[in-house]
Amino acid sequence: MADISANFLGIKSPNPFWLASAPPTDKEYNVRRAFEAGWGGVVWKTLGSEGPPVVNVNGPRYGAIYGADRRLLGLNNIELITDRPLQTNLREIKAVKRDYPDRAMIVSLMVPCEEAAWKAILPVVEETGADGIELNFGCPHGMAERGMGSAVGQVPEYIEMVARWCKQNTRMPVIVKLTPNITDIRRPAEAAKRGGADAVSLINTINSITSVNLDAMSPEPMIDGKGTHGGYCGPAVKPIAMNMVAEIARNPETAGLPISGIGGVTTWRDAAEFMALGCGNVQVCTAVMTYGFKIVQEMCSGLSAWMDEKGYSSVDDFVGKAVPNVTDWQYLNLNYIAKAKIDQDACISCGRCYAACEDTSHQAISMSEDRVFEVMDDECVACNLCVDVCPIENCITMEPMQPGQTDPRTGEKVPSEYSNWTTHPNNPSAVSEPTLGG
Amino acid sequence: MPNSQMTPGIQSGRLSAEAYQENFSDLHPPYEPHEAAVAADRCYFCYDAPCTTACPTDIDIPMFIRQIQTGTPEEAAKTIFSQNILGGMCARVCPTETLCEEVCVREVAEGKPVEIGRLQRYATDKLMDSGKHPFSRATVTGKKVAVIGAGPAGLSCAHRLSMHGHDVDLFDARSKAGGLNEFGIATYKSVDGFAAREVDWLLQIGGISVKTGKALGKGLSIDQLTTAYDAVFLGIGLAGVNALRAEGVDKDGVSDAVDFISTLRQAEDMSTIPVGRNVVVIGGGMTAVDAAVQSKLLGSENVTIAYRRGRDQMGASGFEQDLAASAGVRILENAQPVKVHGNGTVQEVEFEYTETTSDGLRGTGETFRLPADQLLKAIGQTLGETPEEITLEGGKIAVTGAGRTSVKNVWAGGDCATGGDDLTVTGVAEGRDAAEDIHQSLMG
Repeated sequence: MADISANFLGIKSPNPFWLASAPPTDKEYNVRRAFEAGWGGVVWKTLGSEGPPVVNVNGPRYGAIYGADRRLLGLNNIELITDRPLQTNLREIKAVKRDYPDRAMIVSLMVPCEEAAWKAILPVVEETGADGIELNFGCPHGMAERGMGSAVGQVPEYIEMVARWCKQNTRMPVIVKLTPNITDIRRPAEAAKRGGADAVSLINTINSITSVNLDAMSPEPMIDGKGTHGGYCGPAVKPIAMNMVAEIARNPETAGLPISGIGGVTTWRDAAEFMALGCGNVQVCTAVMTYGFKIVQEMCSGLSAWMDEKGYSSVDDFVGKAVPNVTDWQYLNLNYIAKAKIDQDACISCGRCYAACEDTSHQAISMSEDRVFEVMDDECVACNLCVDVCPIENCITMEPMQPGQTDPRTGEKVPSEYSNWTTHPNNPSAVSEPTLGG
Repeated sequence: MPNSQMTPGIQSGRLSAEAYQENFSDLHPPYEPHEAAVAADRCYFCYDAPCTTACPTDIDIPMFIRQIQTGTPEEAAKTIFSQNILGGMCARVCPTETLCEEVCVREVAEGKPVEIGRLQRYATDKLMDSGKHPFSRATVTGKKVAVIGAGPAGLSCAHRLSMHGHDVDLFDARSKAGGLNEFGIATYKSVDGFAAREVDWLLQIGGISVKTGKALGKGLSIDQLTTAYDAVFLGIGLAGVNALRAEGVDKDGVSDAVDFISTLRQAEDMSTIPVGRNVVVIGGGMTAVDAAVQSKLLGSENVTIAYRRGRDQMGASGFEQDLAASAGVRILENAQPVKVHGNGTVQEVEFEYTETTSDGLRGTGETFRLPADQLLKAIGQTLGETPEEITLEGGKIAVTGAGRTSVKNVWAGGDCATGGDDLTVTGVAEGRDAAEDIHQSLMG
């Protein structure tokens, strides 16, 4: 059976599934339950400096969006970092780590952007026996207004500076958690690396308003008639997170920098996808806040079964394996031609493919009197919309055409050789030999 | 509870008060909002949806379900009512399993259709419970139309005519409007006086004057109507019943299932309705099932539906047959009654087995007897007396187009007319379409 244990920055955990810094890791009681359920590690909810604890709102902290059957797809929150005394958290971290030495214990930190503040907190965290620290440069609400969280994460120079302070003042591995609320995720990752950070983790939550109360005319969650943007997370943000992970993984400046993947990880498959894009492990929050800690059992069994099926004996066998296939649009093979194909036995004749194609795309699906839907190859550009809107798994597939076959849409033969935009005659900057990209 | 299920003869009060209450409650209780949300989420919003095609009134089903999904059930109800003003009753009595739900793509995919009927009820109940009537009349045209028969077809026709600004006199032979909705369907399909409430709600449109106790041949004639009104619509249903050809059917204890059902529908207290210990129902349609199931619910010990052909030939749908079976009704196939035995009162019914040959159905000669103290005949209804100037076809009023009869300015629809199944929803569609045609003809 595959070994799903992970070694991230020398921090070992029995599986690559950590709980992200968030309400589920705010206190000893929750974290013990998480470890009992089988989580490989936790990032303890962000600690602030010694002193009066932060306060939270006393109204709703979360907002959500749903799919069919009220399945939670996205969650946002306006909760701040831990609102419990620093010493209480430190005492509990130490106790839990002592009882679960095989699990990863990372402590998330957010203190003012002054070296003295970091110098003060690092030794007391180290004293707990924690395995590492994660610098919370991502939290987009509340703390950012006070010059912390994403206010730091949006300025690469600050990231570099704080990472360096931390590396100089602790033996613990330093993970920098990145905010997605920026234009180019590569810049803060590069800054973290320059500052000496051992890894980056991403994404933190995305600025968001999940709903508007149309009676009160206020964003939700609504606190006494007013709302503020919160941090968005959950399945809906996974595509955004994976793109940012991939950008860092394939950026020559940061290639090889360990990444802890965060953003909508809900199942073993999500985790495997993040890891294939270069993440040494993943962090989970919304999924456990929706379903409880038990889901880690499915994640472990699913990952292990998939690894067995693929012949991967350890997670290192597939971490980053998809990175070489992440490329720029200009390097995609324009001679690759596919056509949609509808499996008539699987088709239930709902006609959604027809509505989508006829109303919004290429008029490439025909509908007969008796509701038989067929792809017209001479119109199909293989856009995949029909596949995406079909409610039946694998009913519509994209079938590649073979070189030498004639594409009925263009009347031209499918070339056998690779060709991309870099040599395309319509490209004003075309070159004679195609380049393959990085 | 003076009697029990074992008490011989036709007796009332066979069950406890609680049992009657339980037995005659709503067959499909209305959805709670959460249930409706879950059910609505299953709809795929099909293109040119098969459910809509299957609906005789062409309700835009994906649209009304989407309106439920998005928290606007009253808008959903308007979508329904704009096509089918009796959408509330149809939600209760439509054989959805052979119409919209049969062709639902999720029936194809999973064997579990979207529960369209119950969603329709959810939406229509919401709007009707609010007391609001969503339609108003166009400017009054000064035209007068007589609608004969206040059943589904007549009500639908009258409402649509009134919407177009015509004044309607709506006549019915019975003492109250509603037709089969009020007198003909199983009690557990429409509880709490819904049929009467629906009529009241429908009449809120105004411009419709209900005149009960009047029918063709009973104070009304085609001649007089066509003179007094600009147009006439006949929605007179099937007032007669087929005669059972078997020896001894004149004995006490033998009656028509439609009368039995009608009595039940109007009863305030089910414990007052007498029913046999051993009930035999002859027939294979919805009426046979409604009568048999309700006999069982009234406390009969043994209820048998005897049908002369095989189950697959029965007019009652598979769902109805299962409903009968789950109520404890035995369905006997390929058996035709030949003689009713008993000394003045039915005691036994003698049947002969049948088989279908190339020459059609014939008796095998083998006979058997079933004990019976009540025999209900449900072998089909027929058109009652009709004015001789109206052309008939196959025992129904011949119509062309949207219900035009052989007589100028006279339309017909519903069960009394040719075309379509004898269903509430079909009657509603035909009444509505005739109204549109009448409107065109009056204003054209």
